[in-house]
Amino acid sequence: MESLSNKKKVLEVKPLNFWERAYLPAIFKGLAITMKHFFKKPVTIKYPEQKREFSENFRGMHSLKRDEHGRERCTACGLCALSCPAEAITMTAAERQKGEENLYREEKYAAVYEINMLRCIFCGLCEEACPKEAIYLDGDIVPADYLRKDFIYGKDKLVEAPLNQ
Amino acid sequence: MKVTIDGITVDVEPGTSILNAARQIGGDIVPPAMCYYSKLEGSGGKCRTCLVKVSKGSEKDPRPMPKLVASCRTTVMDGMEVQNITSPEVIEARKGVVEMLLINHPLDCPVCDQAGECHLQDLGYEHGAAKTRYEFDRRTFEKIDIGDKIQLHMTRCILCYRCVFTADQITNTRLHGILNRGDHSEISTYIQKAVDNDFSGNVIDVCPVGALTDKTFRFKNRVWFTKPVEAHRDCDKCCGKVTLWYKGEDVIRVTGRKDVYGEVEEFICNTCRFEKKKTADWTIEGPRKVSHKSVISANHYETMKPLPVVKTNPLLQEANKEQFERETRL
Repeated sequence: MESLSNKKKVLEVKPLNFWERAYLPAIFKGLAITMKHFFKKPVTIKYPEQKREFSENFRGMHSLKRDEHGRERCTACGLCALSCPAEAITMTAAERQKGEENLYREEKYAAVYEINMLRCIFCGLCEEACPKEAIYLDGDIVPADYLRKDFIYGKDKLVEAPLNQ
Repeated sequence: MKVTIDGITVDVEPGTSILNAARQIGGDIVPPAMCYYSKLEGSGGKCRTCLVKVSKGSEKDPRPMPKLVASCRTTVMDGMEVQNITSPEVIEARKGVVEMLLINHPLDCPVCDQAGECHLQDLGYEHGAAKTRYEFDRRTFEKIDIGDKIQLHMTRCILCYRCVFTADQITNTRLHGILNRGDHSEISTYIQKAVDNDFSGNVIDVCPVGALTDKTFRFKNRVWFTKPVEAHRDCDKCCGKVTLWYKGEDVIRVTGRKDVYGEVEEFICNTCRFEKKKTADWTIEGPRKVSHKSVISANHYETMKPLPVVKTNPLLQEANKEQFERETRL
């Protein structure tokens, strides 16, 4: 059959000559290339100790933000969970009680907020959907772990540290 | 009587309002209505969102009406020609009306339980401007409990009077009304007296915004994470036909069945609404049809039964549990 792209190349396989059949020159040539790289600057970095700089639009682990008074911004409106194409986010809302005004910004807050990092595809739609500027994907790479249950990140891992710490 | 709305002619009974004539045609040409409620006598004429242009008064007097008219309060005349979405003037006026309705609205949709099924939200999305021009403080009120099951957020109220008409219809004496005037107007049960009636819960359903909300559903879940299911039961007080809102296995809210215009088909009693929150209390008819444009249908699927792969397999569950225990010990 004629090829559609006309880019097909017919390969001719010639029989190997004596030096080629001996393989030794090819081995030395390859070793020479390997030796040359001993004296070159390595192209890899040693990851957990050394880290490359992230690009400006890198999206890593989520963090739930606090406002200028250290109150949690999230009001559990559910728009992040709605926009999430991987359905990774779940939350339970609760009503702010009297005396908790310094903890939560709005009268409703997320009592439970969980992101399943195995489901998350780091698309950033939750960040875009958030009407309260509460969630940002500005963290690091999500670390590896052994158990599936440890990938479900709750508020303890997601919420930003309080201001005066 | 023949009436033409946006070029579509329809035959209606004498005495029909333009809005109801448009509803007989249906589709996009139906003017939105925030205060008119076909089940409530005397409702309408408050919000002005249903404004239309009458370009020909009638067959006998073909002069156009001088101003835009509220279609819920204007009856049709023979040969009347009405413009709704075909008139840029109407669209412009409606945008202005939405801006006026939103002037004192707190825009706390992320907190409000009505978000997702709020008519003001839909109206603002379709007709409103993205930014507000209002710079002054919005009026604020304290939250009021009307009985132990209904909560009134006066700040969100757009003064449509629907709840007032509902209270008038379900009771013999006047219990519920509007106090003060203008900017200070406020829904009130006199001296904050609970509307003590078996049908008082219907004020939640008729409220087009989140001013009157179900306290038993307060902050329980967002509307779009719940699954609406049609159900009925034998009730000695009401028709017993309701919509159940499921989250997982639990009924978290019961409402009346609403039609395409967001109006309940029949009022339901408080026993059905607040007390019967078990699947065993109800006969399930099937999933409620939700428009695919609605946020409520987001992430919902047609099938009611779980897919065969997620059917419970005890053997597999046991094996998984064992595996999990072994791993956690490590």
